[in-house]
Amino acid sequence: MAKQNEIKFLTSQRVEKRPKKYCRFKKMGLRYIDYKDGEFLKKFLNEQGKMLPRRITGNSLKFQRKVSQAIKKARQMAILPYVTDLLK
Amino acid sequence: MATENKLQSYELMVIFTPVLSEDDYKNAQKKYSDYIKEHGGNIVHQDAWGLRSLAYPIQKKTTGLYFVMEYEAPTNTNATLEIQMNRDESIIRHMVTRIDKFAAAYNQRKRNKLATENAS
Repeated sequence: MAKQNEIKFLTSQRVEKRPKKYCRFKKMGLRYIDYKDGEFLKKFLNEQGKMLPRRITGNSLKFQRKVSQAIKKARQMAILPYVTDLLK
Repeated sequence: MATENKLQSYELMVIFTPVLSEDDYKNAQKKYSDYIKEHGGNIVHQDAWGLRSLAYPIQKKTTGLYFVMEYEAPTNTNATLEIQMNRDESIIRHMVTRIDKFAAAYNQRKRNKLATENAS
């Protein structure tokens, strides 16, 4: 039985290296997330208008909480919908 | 009696019913800014967004007259302000948020950017 390392694949089995995620707020030095700015907050929502998790947005914990607070305020003031089918 | 309350900065956002006429909208804004002034606060900035479509219908209306006001007031005025707004029929939704120094700096920067754009 061929040993593990002897198996040769046709194509190289190298998994492509995706760029390291970073927290955009720390990198750009933003300190306040405005709940009135719907366009900016839409970056953190998916098509249904639901909030994206931290592992997708790459935000640090502190700013992910600020973003979610801002999104909830924007939803309360009807700037962002609670649920929709085609947001983008 | 508590000494003169320390001024805290707040931001008030109000959505009026779209059926409001232009001057009703104006003096509604004036009513609330005067209310703040009476109670020892001062207005930092007023910003009327006018008619905007809502993301979801509120009270069967799909558009609303937005009004944003940033002000400084002693800490006991917001409670009575809240009662005023609940009593006011023309307001369909309102929200008061506290402004920390980062938010104040952000709003200030945004206003300067807007001013330079208009000026240029």
